[in-house]
Amino acid sequence: MTNEELKSELLQIQPVITVDETGEWLNVNIESKDWPSFAKQLHDKENLFFNYLFCLTCVDWKTHLTMVYHLSSLRFHHNIVVKSKLERNNAEIETVCNLWKTAEFHEREVYEMFGVNFINHPDLRLLILPDGWEGKNPLRKDYEDSINMIKL
Amino acid sequence: MYRETEIIRPVPKIPASENGSREADDLVINIGPQHPSTHGVLHLVVTLNGETIKKIEPHLGYIHRSIEKMCESLTYRQFIYTTSRMDYLSAHINNLCCAMCVEKGMQIEVPERAQVIRVLMSELTRIASHLLWWGALAMDVGAITPFFHAFREREVINDIMEETCGARLTMNYMVPGGVMFDLHPNFQKHVHEFIDLFKSKIDEYDELVTNNVIFQARTKNIGMLSYEDAISYGCTGAAARGSGVSCDIRKIYPYSIYNKLEFDECIEYACDSFARYMVRMRELRQSLSIVEQLIENIPQGDFQAKTKAVLKLPKGEFYSRVETARGEFGVYIVSEGGTTPYRIKFRSPGFSNLSALDHMARGQKIGDLVAMMGSLDLVIPDIDR
Repeated sequence: MTNEELKSELLQIQPVITVDETGEWLNVNIESKDWPSFAKQLHDKENLFFNYLFCLTCVDWKTHLTMVYHLSSLRFHHNIVVKSKLERNNAEIETVCNLWKTAEFHEREVYEMFGVNFINHPDLRLLILPDGWEGKNPLRKDYEDSINMIKL
Repeated sequence: MYRETEIIRPVPKIPASENGSREADDLVINIGPQHPSTHGVLHLVVTLNGETIKKIEPHLGYIHRSIEKMCESLTYRQFIYTTSRMDYLSAHINNLCCAMCVEKGMQIEVPERAQVIRVLMSELTRIASHLLWWGALAMDVGAITPFFHAFREREVINDIMEETCGARLTMNYMVPGGVMFDLHPNFQKHVHEFIDLFKSKIDEYDELVTNNVIFQARTKNIGMLSYEDAISYGCTGAAARGSGVSCDIRKIYPYSIYNKLEFDECIEYACDSFARYMVRMRELRQSLSIVEQLIENIPQGDFQAKTKAVLKLPKGEFYSRVETARGEFGVYIVSEGGTTPYRIKFRSPGFSNLSALDHMARGQKIGDLVAMMGSLDLVIPDIDR
């Protein structure tokens, strides 16, 4: 499907989304509470069939966090980007492990690096960082480490 | 979480109700972080029942350098070099992805000659990477000789790289707008020599390892990964193509000049370690054929587009994806309009491929674990970043 077709299709299944077409791929903004049901539709609907989550990350905008999901369909070869704004102090969003298993590792990484709490994640603990690191999130913009910080 | 010091110990008797499926007879052992078969500092905590694997938990981070954070204070020319240190066996291809992402943002046209050089280098890298994997996999399952055979041929490619790029491993050859230097005058001659050499050797590899009964017994029906699971776990590259998933970025989203080249996407349907092995062996021949197609007619012209001294990406988000030797590599740049990226995310193929290991290994024997890991072709700095 082209971006235009995707846009009308997505607006049909979830009218509350806002769409941004400036980039290469269609950008969809959604409230975090609507994300689980929307994700399920994206994954299951026959004509969308977004079966491949190829990138899951987060961006710290200083005032808020944004979860970014890059989705692709290996059947139709169309891509979308889904974004969801999260509060910085109480960042939480439903997990998508049940739909895309790759999310399990990616969400663990986002959890430790950004401090986002993934609700219903089966095994949410540190993946890359050593034990006892909880509470400090290195990829947040306000992270300070006076010893190991590399500033160029 | 298990400490590294607890090398081997029986798990104390825990009632099944408190700890899921773990039973009193289970044994938890650590494989790595310093173990030859993990090809780096990967730490796997394996729960065993007798010889049968019940669960694998990868513990990552031994070579984590927080490249993504570092990149936030590097300019668009500098950050590319950090990616050579991620998947060091696909350094050229990683660099290419970053260069393409910056070019996409700044709308730089890359000259034809640079495009051809880039693809040539990428495919030579792919051959070198697959050679190392082939030797290492054979060694993992108990054959020592193939490793030396593979390194002998890989050495020739490294020499070619050294001549043109000045380095053998982390080449840093791709820059936004083209490549850093022109090709060495001897490049074509040496690549021709390599093609002639490699054509005879590749059949030797098949005789030595592929058709070997012991090797086949060690890899066939080992580490099954179904089509649906391969996609769900985000596996790419040979790990997914061995399960019948068509996911070659060079074919489905062609970049650079791949749409003008003739090559096949290698897909196998057996879903086991041997299928993944066969995908890479076939890819070796395909990559060689791409090199052959290009080496005769490298167009004349500039090797680098004229770019500004200071690169500034417009405000926005840019993503580019390439097919490395391991699978899909992606770069996601969030720009605020400055000279440094606001946020960079590297989508590394090894990270997703590793996540499928637990699923693949459950119920299999511990002795087959190295064959499974070998068939995934993990490069640890690529996973940890």
